[in-house]
Amino acid sequence: MKKHLVLAESEHNPILPAPTEIIVGFVAFALLLFVLHRYAVPRFEKLYKERSDRIEGGIARAEEAQAEAQRTLEQYKAQLAEARAEAARIRDDARAEGQQILDEMRSQAQEESDRIINQGQAQLAAQKAQVIAELRADLGRHAVDLAGKVVGESLEDEDRAQRTVDRFLDELESTSAPSTSTSS
Amino acid sequence: MGALVLSQGGTFEPPGVDSFFLPPIFGGVTKPIVLVVLSAVIVGAYFLIATRNLKLVPGKGQFAAEYLYDFSRNTIARDQIGAKDFQRFIPLIFGLFTFILVNNLFGIIPLIQFPTMAKIGFPIALFIMVYIVIHTVGFKRHGFLGYLKHVMFPPGVPKPVYILLSPIEFLQKFLFQPVALAIRVFAAMFAGHLILLVFALGGHYLLIEASALLKPVSIVSFAFAIILTFAEALIQVLQAYIFAVLTANFIGAALAEEH
Repeated sequence: MKKHLVLAESEHNPILPAPTEIIVGFVAFALLLFVLHRYAVPRFEKLYKERSDRIEGGIARAEEAQAEAQRTLEQYKAQLAEARAEAARIRDDARAEGQQILDEMRSQAQEESDRIINQGQAQLAAQKAQVIAELRADLGRHAVDLAGKVVGESLEDEDRAQRTVDRFLDELESTSAPSTSTSS
Repeated sequence: MGALVLSQGGTFEPPGVDSFFLPPIFGGVTKPIVLVVLSAVIVGAYFLIATRNLKLVPGKGQFAAEYLYDFSRNTIARDQIGAKDFQRFIPLIFGLFTFILVNNLFGIIPLIQFPTMAKIGFPIALFIMVYIVIHTVGFKRHGFLGYLKHVMFPPGVPKPVYILLSPIEFLQKFLFQPVALAIRVFAAMFAGHLILLVFALGGHYLLIEASALLKPVSIVSFAFAIILTFAEALIQVLQAYIFAVLTANFIGAALAEEH
C-alpha cells in the first residue's frame, strides 16, 4: 500500500510529454533526416547504381567480346579457306606449268636429236661422195698409169685419158651392178 | 514486504516513475535531451564518414554501414511501400530505424544506460513527423476527398456495413494506428528499463543492506539483471524495426491504389 501511495504522490506522470523533449527530439531527428537525405542516401544509391552498372556492363562487355571472338573466328576461317583455295590453285598452276615445261623440253630434245641425226647423215653423205670422188680419181690415174706403162704408150692427153677412165668405170659399174644383184 | 522486515537498516525504495525523471544536468537540459542529440550526431556522423569513400567491393566497415542501409532500404522500405514509390521514403525509413535503434541501445550501453524512447516526448516527436508524412502523401496521391474515401471506404464491403466501418477506419488510420506506433516503443522501453532497474537496484540493496543470510540472493538478482539485459537488447532492436516497418506499411497503405 505504501508503494501505491508513493506512485500517487509522485509529481511526475510518464504519459505527459515534456514540450522541450518533443521539440528537441523533432529538431534532432529532422536534422538527421536532412543529413541522410542530402548525403548518405544519395551516396549509397550512387554506389548501388555503379554496382549494377558494373555488373550489367560486365555482361554487355562479355557478350561483346564473345561476338568479337565469333567474328574473328569466322574471319579466320574465311581466310583459311581462301588460303587453301589459293594453295590448290597454285599447286594446279605449278603442275600445269611443269607439264608444259616437260613437253617443251621433250619436243626440244626431239628436235635436237633430229637435227643431230640429219647433220650426221648429211655429213656422212658428203664424206661418202668425197671418198667416192677421190677413189675414182686415184683409181683412174693408177689404172691409166698402169695401162700406159703396160701399152707403153703415154696417154698424155688428160682429157682423153679421163674420158676413157670414166667410160671404163661406167662400164664397170654397169656390169658389176647387175652381177651383184644377181649374185646375192 | 518480508525482505524489508529482515533488513538491517535503511528501507528499499523500489524504482518507479521518478527513476525516469532525472535532475537536469544544467539549466533545463536533462540527460535524455543530451542523449537524443548525441544519438542524432552519432547516426549522422557515422553515415557521413562511412559513405565518404564507398567502394564497389566493400571493406569490413563499409559492409556494416551498407548492411544497415540495405536492411532499411530493401527489407523494410521496398517490401512495405512497393518498388514503385519507395525511393523517396528511404531517408525517412532509414533514419527512423537507425535513430530509434541507437536511442534504444542507449538503454543497455554501460554508463549511458537510459533508453531515451522511454521518455514519451521523443516517440511523440517521431510520431508527429511520421503522421505528417503519411497523410501528406495520402492526400497528394488521392486528392482530399479521394484520400478520405480511400481511408474510410475500403472496397469489397457490403454497403450497410460502411455505417459502422467508416468511422472505425477513420479513427484507426488518423488516430489509433499512429498513436499506437509512438506508445508501443515508449511502453516497451519504459517497462524494459524499469525491469532492469528492479533487478539491478534489488541486487544492490540485497548485497549492501540485507542480513548476511539474504546477501547471496543478490547474485540471483544480478544474474537476472544480466539475462534481462540481453533480452532487452533483442527488444530494443525489434522495437526499432517495428517502428520503421509500421511506418513504411502506413505509407504503403496511404499510397496504395484501389484494387
